[in-house]
Amino acid sequence: MDFFSMDGRGFYVWGSFGAFLAAIVIEIVLVRLRIHRAQKAVCDTLGSADPSGTENSDAGKGSK
Amino acid sequence: MSAVLASEQELSTPERGVWLTLTRDIKLAMRSKGELAQALAFFIIVVSLFPLAIGPESAVLKRIAAGVVWVCALLAVMLTLPRLFQSDYVDGTLEQLALSPYPLPLLCAGKMLAHWLSTGLPLAMVAPVLGLQFGLDASELLVMVAGLLIGTPVLTMLGAIGAALVLGVRGGSILMALLVLPLYIPVLIFGAGAVEASLAGIDATANLSLLAAMLLFGLVTTPFAAAAAVKISLD
Amino acid sequence: MSLFKYSAPSSFYPLAGRLVPWFGTLAFLLAVGGLYLGLFVAPEDYQQGEVYRIIFIHVPSAWMGMFIYLVMAMYALLALVYQTRLSAMMMEALAPTGMMFTALALWTGALWGKPTWGTYWVWDARMTSTLILLFLYVGYMALVNAIDDKKRADKAGALLVLVGSINVPIIYFSVKWWNTLHQGASVSLTQGNKMAATMLAGMLIMALACWMYSIAVALCRVRAIILERELHAAWVKDIREVRT
Repeated sequence: MDFFSMDGRGFYVWGSFGAFLAAIVIEIVLVRLRIHRAQKAVCDTLGSADPSGTENSDAGKGSK
Repeated sequence: MSAVLASEQELSTPERGVWLTLTRDIKLAMRSKGELAQALAFFIIVVSLFPLAIGPESAVLKRIAAGVVWVCALLAVMLTLPRLFQSDYVDGTLEQLALSPYPLPLLCAGKMLAHWLSTGLPLAMVAPVLGLQFGLDASELLVMVAGLLIGTPVLTMLGAIGAALVLGVRGGSILMALLVLPLYIPVLIFGAGAVEASLAGIDATANLSLLAAMLLFGLVTTPFAAAAAVKISLD
Repeated sequence: MSLFKYSAPSSFYPLAGRLVPWFGTLAFLLAVGGLYLGLFVAPEDYQQGEVYRIIFIHVPSAWMGMFIYLVMAMYALLALVYQTRLSAMMMEALAPTGMMFTALALWTGALWGKPTWGTYWVWDARMTSTLILLFLYVGYMALVNAIDDKKRADKAGALLVLVGSINVPIIYFSVKWWNTLHQGASVSLTQGNKMAATMLAGMLIMALACWMYSIAVALCRVRAIILERELHAAWVKDIREVRT
């Protein structure tokens, strides 16, 4: 219990560590959501459009 | 506008680029005196709000005078920044300017100079009157005007970069405030610091020379940055 | 040049995908080690007591906030000089993480300041310039989000970050100057006492963990950005995640 009270300054110490952890967890969740959404969008465009339709003008830019 | 540009192209030495945009923008500013007056009126009104909000104790007012005048000058300059490129961007003149044989950085420098002559300079001229309202003495007023004369060109130059970047972008003016105000902080600190130093009886030249150093650095670099920003926005 | 091969989004996407787990695991292991050192092994500070343990996350956060802006400035230079699209995407991927660390540095600094200095906020030179750094991040993200044309957003953001990074030392110097002028309320951050070796080690390990974490998250985010932008490119339909 001593460890959590931190000389009675637990609010400050755990407020800092908690916010730090929360921020990182939230960022990881958001980034994972974002990439999954992007991957799903790719699957959707491949699924819906016919193969020739996906080869639009952006295709050439794929390699710089 | 493009006819004017074409007729002057025979005389295309690079320095004429500055002169071209300078005279043109000054002429345009003179033609719309209302806008010029608006910025000044905004400056005067906002500065006058502070004694009403804080109270008329002369000791307090004297203490905050420099900060209030400088923050209001910052805001007034910032609000006029769209004038630099916005209308030229909308009617296509900016594109003509970018395609003209004159180097774009020089054209931008001319525009900045015209903007300063029509905003920063008038602000510095009315500032002493406002300083008097806050109970500043002659020597402090002198320092304040000197600081504004050196510092407001820096505001214009940094602002030109921001103004060029947000051309045609939605929510432009608030966005520009976000971009430009953090960059204005050193000018604010040294400008207001100069007046405070003289209030405290310290020599203000250190602050003023730091402002001057920023002005010189800005003169050399910002026209190029602004020109790059204009090119980015025109692409 | 083998390095330039990876400046193409199509070849960087799978490379980043392979690197993310490594950096992520490294970050996790370092964080566990650093927190163990910081919270359990490092002795109590005889002046500040237990509350000093906040510095194990405060200092790394502040470092990362500044460092990421620096890295962004480097990418900005690459983006403007070599016109590489990937550099601009990396900037966009780094900015949220840099902003998060800057905000965390301010938050943890405030929570450290209250019990130590007796106030949440002091207009100390370092805290003030960290706040301004946060504004610079906000400005960059606002600009990039406001411009719909991605090519223009990339270049505009790069120019802004470059101008900002030239201003950072000027801002820091001016704030420091301003702070010495108003000596009254300021409290010196530099502790007189020498830092114990375990404290320093804990802090450095935590900084390393934050660094690895930033790389992992930025790489993961840049993959998402690449896919969002290259949605219709031909190579996209061959990536592993889509084929399975």
